[in-house]
Amino acid sequence: MILASWLDTVFDSFWGPTVFRSIGGLAAVLLPAGAIVYLYLFKMMSFMQSRLGPTEAGPYGSLQLVAEVGKWLQKEDIFPRKADRIVFAAAPFVVLMSSFLLVLVVPFGPDAWFVNLDTGIYFALAVSSVSVIGILMAGWASASKYSMLGGLRAAAQLIAYELPLVLAVIGVVIQAGTLNMQDIVLAQAEGEIFGWGGIGNPFILTQLLGFFIFMVAMQAELTQPPFDMPVAESEIVTGYMTEYSGIRFLLFFIGEFATAGIFAMIASVLFLGGWWVPGLDPDSNWFNVLGPLVMFAKVIVVTFLIFWFRITYPRFREDQLQKLAWKILIPLSLANIVATGILKVAF
Amino acid sequence: MTSISETEQLRYISQQAADARVNVEIETEGMTLNLGPQHPATHGTLRIIAKLDGEQVVAAEPVMGYMHRGYEKLAEVRTYPQVTTLINRIDWTGSFANETPFILAAEKLMEIEAPPRAQYIRTILHEMSRVANVMLGIGDMGVQVGATTPVFYAFRDREYVLNQIEAVTGGRFHPNFDRIGGLKDDLPAGWIQNTKNAMGKVEEFCDQIEDLMYGNEIFQARTRGIGIIPKDVGLAYGLSGVNIRASGVDWDVRRDALPRGLVYDQVDWKVWTHPDGDCYSRMWVRLQEVREGAKIVTQLLSQIPSGPIMAKVPRIIKVPAGEAFVETENPLGVMGYYVISKGDLNPYRVKIRSASFNNVSITPWLLKGVFVPDIISILGSLYFILGDIDR
Repeated sequence: MILASWLDTVFDSFWGPTVFRSIGGLAAVLLPAGAIVYLYLFKMMSFMQSRLGPTEAGPYGSLQLVAEVGKWLQKEDIFPRKADRIVFAAAPFVVLMSSFLLVLVVPFGPDAWFVNLDTGIYFALAVSSVSVIGILMAGWASASKYSMLGGLRAAAQLIAYELPLVLAVIGVVIQAGTLNMQDIVLAQAEGEIFGWGGIGNPFILTQLLGFFIFMVAMQAELTQPPFDMPVAESEIVTGYMTEYSGIRFLLFFIGEFATAGIFAMIASVLFLGGWWVPGLDPDSNWFNVLGPLVMFAKVIVVTFLIFWFRITYPRFREDQLQKLAWKILIPLSLANIVATGILKVAF
Repeated sequence: MTSISETEQLRYISQQAADARVNVEIETEGMTLNLGPQHPATHGTLRIIAKLDGEQVVAAEPVMGYMHRGYEKLAEVRTYPQVTTLINRIDWTGSFANETPFILAAEKLMEIEAPPRAQYIRTILHEMSRVANVMLGIGDMGVQVGATTPVFYAFRDREYVLNQIEAVTGGRFHPNFDRIGGLKDDLPAGWIQNTKNAMGKVEEFCDQIEDLMYGNEIFQARTRGIGIIPKDVGLAYGLSGVNIRASGVDWDVRRDALPRGLVYDQVDWKVWTHPDGDCYSRMWVRLQEVREGAKIVTQLLSQIPSGPIMAKVPRIIKVPAGEAFVETENPLGVMGYYVISKGDLNPYRVKIRSASFNNVSITPWLLKGVFVPDIISILGSLYFILGDIDR
């Protein structure tokens, strides 16, 4: 009773919810990032490449990430002599900021969100481009030719793949009839596939092409192989990150994998039904507890795909990459929009 | 250089340029990109000064010598048996193959011949070092074009070969096993069967990598039609080994100019060529090379004659005065030693013809007009070892 009344006073104040939300935001960004780095980058990648991966730090090397973070924190924060110091220092924060902005609109349960925007998916796609600015800043401010090439490649690639990403989402938006992420989840829970509502309508079933395009464009947005031209370590020596060390490199690293996690969240909201699972009533109170867990499970599945492709494929050349975006993905996604629109009107 | 090849080159550049030419109207300022000497794609310390227009290479110049160790000069103050320790380190991924031509040249001057058993084991080890070397090169090409997995498979399966080399010579990387007139030791017990098993693993690796890497569309898109070396240009630059066979030149020292002391003529094998001359064909011929290597080793293993492994050689080796040049087909190409002797304990002069030096010398011609990512696939497919360039 005392605890409940104490909680009431805390949540009625300004700082209570603010602190709670901040911790929640950090958890939503960093937990998936840490989980996928350990699970996939450290362990699965090692097993696929017939290695063991980390084994010494903690059980099955699970504390390796802590050791790595500790290592990066200890390293010297080097600035190149000719670097534009302010821009150079700010760039990793801009990249990381885009991940934190992205997570704002993701719903984790029937009542669990940071902001419930009516134009949620629009906001998400808009702020995902902020990272391009950070990458360009890093590439330009490093005063290094490799960084410069990497930054320009990143900008060209991210702009090219923004389009198929947005166009793939439009199919979902047409089907759901809303831009609100929470309503997109509910639309899938209450949806019907050509009149059959047995398992609702996770949009991966009716928007399979859209899901495919979204995954490809997402892979490119995240600059994961086979689209890792901007950070190609065998050509331009990790591109825009060449000159970074210590904590700023760590921030880029966190930004990369946190964004992978959050894009996976968005993909699971748009195509896999978000926090909802077929067979359960979306109004059920269980989803307040179950929702985040279901979401996390779906994120793990989607990131598995991302890392599977990452480990399997060689990398595209810059012009091949642009050709794939402009000549294949964009026409495909336009055709998808047309087909979705016609079917939406017809049924 | 013939005029034909220049037109070929111009045609190639214009083809490349037609693909993504924006800067015809916009006069962009050039940029000089300094690849190396510390660059992940240069296998060591090769430096390439590339003048870029956007991402297109206008001119490229390789700079070598960062790893020059002066082996030719050092060999002059070493006795003949001591020289093998040095030349082991020329191409460090296929060390035994470096020793063979020098030993053969010394044997030629001394007019002795190793007993048949030694010749067989020598050929087996020569071929095993080729297998180990080229497997690594194939895996490494994966890394160059951005696939991280093949190199781990290459390292894993190369280990089977290296273990066998270690079992007989005692050294994984630097066997130092070849002697004038024979070999240091005989084979250990059970080695023949183990090596046959290892070659089975190598063939499995070839199938796996052909599926995983060569069959991949992105890998093909990154390598097909890139870095084409026409036949005459390749010959003019003195390319050898796989790099020239991939351009359609059917020449292999093992078959066409086999020096005495190696027994390649005793087995059934094939010299693979490819008409295209691009990066993909070079890698493809390399893969067949590994397969043939495994085949040669397996066949030789079942034919090894019994007998001594050392000919009658004086305790202190003095090579009679004279000159000899012996070249063999090494993993990276044709490698030869020109040995001049004045009848002393030491060679008077040793000139080393290493394959990578010539193979890399074509890069200024080859890199004109390609994109920055293509530099890497071309360098990866030429497959050089820095020690072999600089000696």
